[in-house]
Amino acid sequence: MKSITSVLVWSCVAVLGTLSVAAIALHRGEQINAMWLVLAAVCSYAVGYRFYSKFIAAKVLALDSRRATPAERLENGRDFVPTNKWVVFGHHFAAIAGPGPLVGPVLAAQFGYLPGTIWILVGAVLGGCVQDFVILLFSVRRDGKSLSQMAKEEIGPLGGFVAFVAVISIIVILLGVVALVVVNALKDSPWGTFTIAMTIPIALLMGVYLRYWRPGKVLETSVLGFVLVMMAVVGGQWVARAPQMAHYFTLSAYWLAALIIVYGFAASVVPVWLLLAPRDYLSTFVKLGTIFILAVGIIAIRPTLHMPALTRFIDGTGPVFAGSVFPFAFITIACGAISGFHSLISSGTTPKLITRETETPMVGYGAMMAESFVAIMAMIAACTMQPGQYFAINSPAGIVGRAPEVAAGTISSWGFPVLASDMTSLAKAVGEQTLYNRTGGAPAFAVGMAQIFAHSLGGETLMAIWYHFAIMFEALFILTILDAGSRVGRFMLQDALGHLWQPLGRTSWYPSIVATSALIVGAWGYFLWQGVKDPLGGINSLWPLFGIANQLLAIVAFCVATTIIIKMNKARFAWITLAPLAWLVAVTFTASYHKILNPNPRIGFLSHAQTLLQELNSTAPAPTLARAHELARLIFNDRLDAVVTAVLVFLVALTVADSAWQWFRVLSGRKAAEVKEAPFVPTRLGASPELAHKAVS
Amino acid sequence: MRQRIHCAWRLLITALREIFDENAYARFLAREGMSSSRIAYAAFLREREAAFQRRPRCC
Repeated sequence: MKSITSVLVWSCVAVLGTLSVAAIALHRGEQINAMWLVLAAVCSYAVGYRFYSKFIAAKVLALDSRRATPAERLENGRDFVPTNKWVVFGHHFAAIAGPGPLVGPVLAAQFGYLPGTIWILVGAVLGGCVQDFVILLFSVRRDGKSLSQMAKEEIGPLGGFVAFVAVISIIVILLGVVALVVVNALKDSPWGTFTIAMTIPIALLMGVYLRYWRPGKVLETSVLGFVLVMMAVVGGQWVARAPQMAHYFTLSAYWLAALIIVYGFAASVVPVWLLLAPRDYLSTFVKLGTIFILAVGIIAIRPTLHMPALTRFIDGTGPVFAGSVFPFAFITIACGAISGFHSLISSGTTPKLITRETETPMVGYGAMMAESFVAIMAMIAACTMQPGQYFAINSPAGIVGRAPEVAAGTISSWGFPVLASDMTSLAKAVGEQTLYNRTGGAPAFAVGMAQIFAHSLGGETLMAIWYHFAIMFEALFILTILDAGSRVGRFMLQDALGHLWQPLGRTSWYPSIVATSALIVGAWGYFLWQGVKDPLGGINSLWPLFGIANQLLAIVAFCVATTIIIKMNKARFAWITLAPLAWLVAVTFTASYHKILNPNPRIGFLSHAQTLLQELNSTAPAPTLARAHELARLIFNDRLDAVVTAVLVFLVALTVADSAWQWFRVLSGRKAAEVKEAPFVPTRLGASPELAHKAVS
Repeated sequence: MRQRIHCAWRLLITALREIFDENAYARFLAREGMSSSRIAYAAFLREREAAFQRRPRCC
């Protein structure tokens, strides 16, 4: 009876999911409700988790609840601690959720809601969730080893080296591009700049409060910090209205970039307890709360999507970023579907907290489903806006023009009508002077989110508060990523340089801290500065570069996973990682080819450099000295971007080839199929997971 | 039903305490046999510093 009920329920879920996907895929020329996307997502995740993750767990990985995990065997009360699975889930989700799943889908919405939504669902269920799950399990079986260590042991030294280079590169590019998102969101916005500026003294106050007044009361301190941040959000409007105050907080993109670089360096060298830790707590608190209320808001309001399913820009002529739907939609979405960066978390803190192997599907596969749902919400927020407004916000001045009437005319001529007066009203409603040319995705997401909330809570009068709350929320955790990323990059650099000269590897030696911090901050600061100077808005070239680096890291993770599966004598099931690996190789290598060699100057780095070179060498009329210097720098930047992309692709291609060689040797019997797992030790935590949890709590 | 809600609430609080390192501090105090104070928290922060600094935050 129970099995019949189960079959009926799951059949209904599958049919509902199919109908929802059909509804979003087949509607043309009429608007649909956002709930179709929510239903399609929930049903896809439910079916994926119930059947696909169970299949992988049982048939491929053969999870064994009798096997002691490193959290039990190596328990030390610090890194290795057996922890309740729901707690680990929350911990893991808080670590993997960032601005990527919010920004990527907003940018990809220029193709319409359909390509991005389909990729978020398919990519997550068959790729991203699988990657996070298998890497987590393999790390658990190897005493919590990192991806680089596993790549080195299972594939070879080249794999380890490539993983290291890919990680450093992705950190540098990621920090540069997310800093650019903040700059574009805050430029000429006294309200937003004031709010974000205030988060720094608030974090310092939290650090002092936590250390000297209420030691260890982190939740209490975070609530206090949140109240102060909300006061800053509300108070920002008075700062913006007072000309003398507004003057100090109305900053150009250059000033903001310079201040963020200085902040990044300072945050990397000051004590952790003073800035990094309280900011991290505050950011996590705001992040979890906002994601929750956004989900509630979308389900309660059930907004209509105004963006069409497909736009004319699938041909690659889009103003937000250039490039056709294949491969660029898949590069742009990044973290909402598959994120290589997650493999670092899955082989970092999380495997050291897992009590039983059988909990890895819920933590690894499940947390990525939640992240993917955040991406669906971002897609909904972007597509509920009027398309004309979406393109006015996200298009750079170099494409649509700087004057409001010209920009509105250009966008209307594409078939997305918008009036300059509409944009003025919208800017006024959200408390901004202008919303034109605010590339980067964050302002568009904030407007979409504010419009959703304004329909339910506070109406139009609170729209400005909601907009600035959303901007604060995105900027806060982007700046937290800058803090944490600069630190992690600095440590990796110190580890590497320590092999060349030992003192540089000492993480407490101040000259080494300052030098390596300057190197890391200088590297991402260079990309940021390059983006700010770019007449096409920077996002056009930098976001795809970040997407490529992120997906290349995922390729390394899938190479490691496939190698281990084959060595486990489960080659017949290797398709579970080989299929997403093959897809990612096709997508990233094609995107890299286009970004380097495409003859369209808006897409290819080298053809853009060539166009600029022609202008530089032109004699009729010859460029001015200042313009000639600018052209020379832009040409250098294009060539640098091309070289960075080419080096990354080359190294990853070597890893794929090295892995394939290992697979061939193992499958042909030339090499013993030996995995480097920790030996089996039976658990002492009782027979059932429930007993185990009682034992550890 | 009431018991389930209570259980879910406890789980939520436990998760938040773990995410915000309050449980880690409690374990530290138990391990070192100390009670909560400025000195104990400073020692906890020193012990956690390396782990905290190397904790990546995803995109």
